[in-house]
Amino acid sequence: MQHLSYFELVGFGPQGWGLALLTATGMTLAVALCGFLAGSVLGTFVAWAKLSGGLVARSVADGYTTILRGIPDLLVIYLFYFGGSAALGAIASLFGEDGFIGVPAFLTGALAIGIVSGAYQAEVFRGAFQVVSRGEIEAARSVGMHRWLMFRRIIAPQVLRYAIPGLGNTWQLVLKESALISVTGLVELLRQSHIAAGSTRRPFDFYVTAAILYLLITWVSTYLFQRAETHSMRGMRRAS
Amino acid sequence: MDFEFMQDTFLRLLSGVPLTLNLAFTSVAFGAVFAMLLALMRMSGVKVLDWFARAYVFVFRGSPLLVQIFLIYYGLGQFRPTLQEWGLWTFFREPYWCAILALTLNTAAYASEIIRGGLQSVPHQQVEAARACGMSGFLLFRRIVFPIAVRQALPAYGSELILMVKATSLASIITMMEVTGIAAKLISQTFRAVEVFVVAGVIYLILNFTITRIIMAIEWWLSPHLRRPPAVKPALEAVHV
Repeated sequence: MQHLSYFELVGFGPQGWGLALLTATGMTLAVALCGFLAGSVLGTFVAWAKLSGGLVARSVADGYTTILRGIPDLLVIYLFYFGGSAALGAIASLFGEDGFIGVPAFLTGALAIGIVSGAYQAEVFRGAFQVVSRGEIEAARSVGMHRWLMFRRIIAPQVLRYAIPGLGNTWQLVLKESALISVTGLVELLRQSHIAAGSTRRPFDFYVTAAILYLLITWVSTYLFQRAETHSMRGMRRAS
Repeated sequence: MDFEFMQDTFLRLLSGVPLTLNLAFTSVAFGAVFAMLLALMRMSGVKVLDWFARAYVFVFRGSPLLVQIFLIYYGLGQFRPTLQEWGLWTFFREPYWCAILALTLNTAAYASEIIRGGLQSVPHQQVEAARACGMSGFLLFRRIVFPIAVRQALPAYGSELILMVKATSLASIITMMEVTGIAAKLISQTFRAVEVFVVAGVIYLILNFTITRIIMAIEWWLSPHLRRPPAVKPALEAVHV
């Protein structure tokens, strides 16, 4: 086997892994984005429960955020991956099928990320809601807005504005967590690097490439979140 | 739920707790020293040192810890002959030391920002007052700057410690049998993911709860000026109210 230079190895030539790595980067982005969005939906409901739920809803929401932020993400991923297969297996055995049934790795990955990031996003939304001034909500109520209309016109836009920095941090967490999904066999960036490293015996080159690609995503998304923040704050007066 | 199975699982997972704590505390201890150096580099005003520290923090906070672990454990294997020549291979061959190294480098990046925040929060007046009393250099740092900075940084450092306890679970991917490693083995042997997950989750929650409490106790101990003075003279207190 002739020795390939680094750029031949990760490039797009006949022996290069460039295309595979790029596809895998796309997969990383897709699973992280799906998980993040699932987390946003979950986080919104949990924040709602925390802010204006009854005793039961509030305790469930508090328990959820405490537990999910206190245990390792890897355990949650194992729970979804193995637990999901066990549940599917149990259902299949009702129909006379036996043996191990793997759940789709993308689905378990996105769900696991969603459940974990939902706990972080709930706290972000709760904090942002508390910044929205009481006066605005009273004003909305006094002009006769109903709950949904008030949520859509008054609360949601302002909460989102204040939540952008926190959401940016959560997105970075999600992106890094998506690397853990590789343990379920989903071919995302880290898994693909692992495969490439194994088949070419050049692990250092591939893991460095993976790190560079992750840093690139981090860098671009930091920039985008900053743009979004300045854009959303354009009408606000700054105290400085 | 099968309580006998859960009890058995609990005892088995408990045997992984020492390794989990060992990984977390060793790397936080080494990481703190390194983080201190990085924070001082950032604040040194020397351009080269400042940029090195900035780049370091960006790289280690911006890429997943698992990539860093793989880079050290598998990646450095590519340079095995060189490492053997230097006598370093015995170190990089062991998953334990690779995990410690990766966790240390990772936590140093996060902690250096925490320490920097703490050092920058020290009020100028305090430093000026100390200088007026004739303190400078190391004495000033040891008596004035460091204690105030530690007090400021402690809550954030507590969160970092919890994050590190959670992060040690990644060492299981490079064959370390700490709590998550044992849990994964039990799950793949028994296929009872939910029960094992519940027990492992309880263990992590107990660990993290205990650490939170200890940090809170240290915080309380370090901030006597914020505590209400003990009611020595109840008669006088009545006048104040």
